[in-house]
Amino acid sequence: MSTVILLLITGLGLGALYFLIASGLSLIYGLMGVLNFAHGSFLTLGAYIGWEVARVLGADNWAVFIASVLVGAVVGAAFAAATEFFLIRKLYERHIEQVLVTVGLALASVALFDGIWGTDPIYVTGPSWLGGTTEILGASIPNNRFILILAAVLVLLGIVAFLKYTRYGLIIRAGVENRSMVTALGIDVRRAFTVVFAIGGAAAGVGGVLASSYYGYVSSGIGGSLLIFAFIVTVIGGLGSLSGAAIAAALVAVLQQFANFYLGGTGDFVVVLLLAVVLLVRPSGLLGSKA
Amino acid sequence: MNGVKGFLSRPLVKWALAGVLVAFLAILPMLAIDIPGVFPGPTYTPGTLQLIAFSMLIASLALSYHLIFGVAGLLSFGHALYFAIGAYGLGIALRHFGLELLPAILLTFVIGLFIAAAVGALSLRVTGISFAMVTLAFAQAGSVLIRKNPGQLTGGDEGLALDTTHVPDMFVGVLQTKNLYWLCLAILVVVFLVSSWFEQSRAGHVVAATRENELRVRVIGIRPYFVKLLTFVIGGVLATIVGMAYLLLQSSATQKLASADFTLTLLVIVVLGGVGYRWGAVIGGVVYTLLDQRLTAFASSDAVSGLPDFLRIPLSQPLFILGTLFILVVLFLPGGLAGIPGRIARTRSRTNEPRPAPEKNVLEERE
Repeated sequence: MSTVILLLITGLGLGALYFLIASGLSLIYGLMGVLNFAHGSFLTLGAYIGWEVARVLGADNWAVFIASVLVGAVVGAAFAAATEFFLIRKLYERHIEQVLVTVGLALASVALFDGIWGTDPIYVTGPSWLGGTTEILGASIPNNRFILILAAVLVLLGIVAFLKYTRYGLIIRAGVENRSMVTALGIDVRRAFTVVFAIGGAAAGVGGVLASSYYGYVSSGIGGSLLIFAFIVTVIGGLGSLSGAAIAAALVAVLQQFANFYLGGTGDFVVVLLLAVVLLVRPSGLLGSKA
Repeated sequence: MNGVKGFLSRPLVKWALAGVLVAFLAILPMLAIDIPGVFPGPTYTPGTLQLIAFSMLIASLALSYHLIFGVAGLLSFGHALYFAIGAYGLGIALRHFGLELLPAILLTFVIGLFIAAAVGALSLRVTGISFAMVTLAFAQAGSVLIRKNPGQLTGGDEGLALDTTHVPDMFVGVLQTKNLYWLCLAILVVVFLVSSWFEQSRAGHVVAATRENELRVRVIGIRPYFVKLLTFVIGGVLATIVGMAYLLLQSSATQKLASADFTLTLLVIVVLGGVGYRWGAVIGGVVYTLLDQRLTAFASSDAVSGLPDFLRIPLSQPLFILGTLFILVVLFLPGGLAGIPGRIARTRSRTNEPRPAPEKNVLEERE
């Protein structure tokens, strides 16, 4: 029983990490049709900058930890907004070129991170509570999983509130639904594009700082390896659907943890299998409206 | 000007020029051409031959990807898988099954064919971004499998070294590099001929038509699924063949070969050379490999290490320079390197006689 609970909560923690990336990917794809390969780089930059903040201000401190998460979010948002503004904006309506530009950016930025921070992983420490465990029904759960779940829930609520109660949110929701209609009504959807990128970048930046605490280190490849699973989550959940991404993130990560434990480390295969099955049975994903 | 251009674009002349180029490449190991900055030494030295042979393999691999991405318009993110199957399949067959070279090659070929057909048949049931994701997922599964090292077959992170017991002596050792060089040249020629033949066959025309407008092809009464699958399988099998040659040339296979990054590199090469151009894939492959190798040498040179940090760090990362170059090509040079002559010609004819020059844009999203 305690194993099941451990796997479940650890899986949800990992799912929270997936969601922090997949939420941005899904929104960006839903609104703009761009599959953003540079999203992993937003996360990696957030992780590195968060580590720099903790290094300068002292690691074992809650205020510093929260500050580094916030700084990670701001940096991720700024990087993402700049990407949209300088690279994607020139290529509107040319979807494959947009994908190619983000691929180029991902390659170049990872190389740049290697150049600045070195190719060896940097080990990070946080407040000592994060490294400890909490007993729940006999299972010792690492504490950073709770922070991850909390952050993902806050980000989910934040994005939902933004989409529901602000004017930009309204435009974005309408744009995901039917972009040409919104444009026909005289609203410039393109201004919302930068906003969507910034939101996705902020979520990825938060994810970066928390991922470094989850893995215990930062390296330039941290974003790329998570990105592939985030893609899978996005597709399973349905491209453009935020709630689909949330459900799929939890589902994929929990399944992965259980398969890794009970089926001899086959978690990645099970996820790939799930993707294949979902796409063949329901090509638009769990909650997606269009293929 | 027009006379020369017309003469050069005649099919027979084109093939004759290609033949001359191949003949020149074939006698390269006997020559002592030294281009400092491009090659590490004169062309008869093993180091330079190895580099050229490697770039020819990458060019062949790019050609096989060109069939899938450029001709069929299928954005596959899993092409590295078939290349890795070639390299690892041959390596495992030689090392663990103790097969002779020819049966090992045949076995690997059949495995590559089977897996390409199976993955293609499954993933072609969806289109667009979903197709990209399914192929990515399968390649990822392959990459995980190689890293997990089941039954000590693949060697995991350490990679798989070529077992030379059953490899003929002519392909073993640094002194025999020129034989490997000829092998790689032969593979490049074969892959090029196969892809030209396929593009000019009926199936090639149908798949190109499907790329442009699938609905119309359906309306005519052709089912695009099978020609797309055929293209996918041919591209995959060619990649498997190139992978086998890679193992012989490099004497080892590492898990990087199956990674998503490697497929992305192929995508970069094809786009750099020019999407939709057969020569573009070849030029892109050669240019990319040479740039990658020379930039690595450049990065560790004294000229770079003496620079201040903000210049030294970006310049010491070859991938940073290549990635930036790639972004610039996508933004400002659609059509890539192979498209440059056409662009120049168009600009010229525009100044002489204004005519609408429809730009061939195979990258356009097809709904």
